[in-house]
Amino acid sequence: MQKISTIVLFVAALATAACNNPNRNGMGGAGGAGGMGGAGAIGSASDPNSPAYFAQTLGDMVHFVVDQSTLTPEAQAILTKQAAWLVQHPNYTAIVQGHADEQGTREYNLALGARRAESVKQFLIANGVSGTRLKTISYGKEQPIALCSDESCFQQNRRAKTALQLGGGV
Amino acid sequence: MTDILRPSRLLALALAGIAALSAPALRAEPLRMTIDQPDLQPLPFAAPTFLSQGGDVAQAITDVVIADLQGTGLFAQIAPAAYISRVSDFDAPVAYADWKAINAQALITGRVIQQGDQISVAFRLFDVFADAPLGDGMQFKGATGDWRRIAHKVADQIYARITGEKPYFDSRVVFVSESGPKDARKKQLAIMDYDGANVGFLTDASSIVLAPRFSSKGDRILYTSFETGFPRIREMTLATGKSRALADLEGNMTFAPRFSPDGDTVAFSLEQNGNTDIFSMSLASGQVRQLTNAPSIETSPSFSPDGSQIAFESDRSGGQQIYVMPASGGEGTRISAGDGRYSTPVWSPRGDYIAFTKQNGGRFYIGVMRTDGSEERLLTSSYLDEGPTWAPNGRVIMFTRESPGATGSAQLFSVDISGRALHPVPTQGAASDPAWGPLLP
Repeated sequence: MQKISTIVLFVAALATAACNNPNRNGMGGAGGAGGMGGAGAIGSASDPNSPAYFAQTLGDMVHFVVDQSTLTPEAQAILTKQAAWLVQHPNYTAIVQGHADEQGTREYNLALGARRAESVKQFLIANGVSGTRLKTISYGKEQPIALCSDESCFQQNRRAKTALQLGGGV
Repeated sequence: MTDILRPSRLLALALAGIAALSAPALRAEPLRMTIDQPDLQPLPFAAPTFLSQGGDVAQAITDVVIADLQGTGLFAQIAPAAYISRVSDFDAPVAYADWKAINAQALITGRVIQQGDQISVAFRLFDVFADAPLGDGMQFKGATGDWRRIAHKVADQIYARITGEKPYFDSRVVFVSESGPKDARKKQLAIMDYDGANVGFLTDASSIVLAPRFSSKGDRILYTSFETGFPRIREMTLATGKSRALADLEGNMTFAPRFSPDGDTVAFSLEQNGNTDIFSMSLASGQVRQLTNAPSIETSPSFSPDGSQIAFESDRSGGQQIYVMPASGGEGTRISAGDGRYSTPVWSPRGDYIAFTKQNGGRFYIGVMRTDGSEERLLTSSYLDEGPTWAPNGRVIMFTRESPGATGSAQLFSVDISGRALHPVPTQGAASDPAWGPLLP
């Protein structure tokens, strides 16, 4: 019971944060759990304390092999930097958004995106970020960022993005 | 007016027979076609425009009856220009010789009487080469606004009498209506007649909605919505259009819901800490039961029509395959055996087949197999076909076909279980995730 009310509170807080943030990214225009980051992130990419630095200089996105949720060495390198930044900036929480490419059925891809997001979350936890600051969500194949239908786009879409949220323990 | 949320009951009456012009010829078997036959030639039929007494829907009703029958791929209309006989009196004897001369195997005649907002549609079906009616004439009465449904009822009678199958034209489909570019797709739930007519929207496009499923009575639908920001199952009552979130569970995401045949239980997937398993929930008590327990992805559960078993997909073997387990849960027995991946199993309402999505060699297929996995038959193939749903008679399947590329979009398609009559279902914009409801009353 306690856990349930925590989730409800979290979602309410999230909605408020998203509404207050005109630069939010990752919504896909369709009411997802948003977060700041990406090209629209706040601050300057050269300011090491800004979300823009986290998103653009460190990199807020990691990519996966077809059908896999294991982290490649490249992904681990990025996540190690993400973890260090999150440890140094305890006023931020994050939602890890898992995605799949279009080469899969809808429900399986939702489950696969969740696996990917969880694998990122566990890596961040193993590198010192408190699990209470991390939440995951899967969008399955619903929000592609690269639109062609060959591997050059599929590999960009098989991703997990760490979207920052300002304030509030999860 | 037609109320999209509450289909009314149409009144059906048998008509008295009419005298035959000549004595019925002796014929060993009545007019009958078996749709399982793959090399079947469409049956030629004649359907002169129904006679009209008041109103202006007789032509439109005739057109819908013809479109229903031709859409099955089992029937071919003979062009009206070839007709020798004219039908000017619904109760006059039929000039069989004139219809035999143009090789019409079946003749359909009809009469539409409209009085204000009520119509009555009568039809008769004749086995031309037997010189005899095929079954009694029938009359359907209803609101004029329901004229399309009445036309479907007429076509259903004709289809059922000639094929021996149960009817399915007077039915509806819930689906996801899509708009916007591929990287900012808007999705909303919609409902339509099986042929794409009478579309109504059930949600707005403010949050992603996925994969609606009908209850077997057609009164409720389950779907997955991102309304709270996170994927959650909702149940909508069609009569009111109101929906509710199903009880919150400890976990991140609930999805892939499906009603049990009695409508009392929902089987669904729950994701916890990245792992997806199948659970069931009693709608009355909210009591939840875990049906699978594995570190692999278990999803897309579908009940057998007697409610005793559940087909589902799992990637426990390394890739997606189809399994069947008791409705109370368990390990399950794998039934899919061919190359590639098998997913989205859906048990036929007749219980004889399981429809599925298959991926192999970079292509997607819709297919059917027996419930033990034997007699696998692929019906379609494209860049991306997925998510089959059964017509209420278990003889036709609708699914999503998505075209590739940046401008790619989803469309609904229909095909029968022999792979015949593959055709797009007309929708105004892009559409996906169809769920076929029951035959209407």
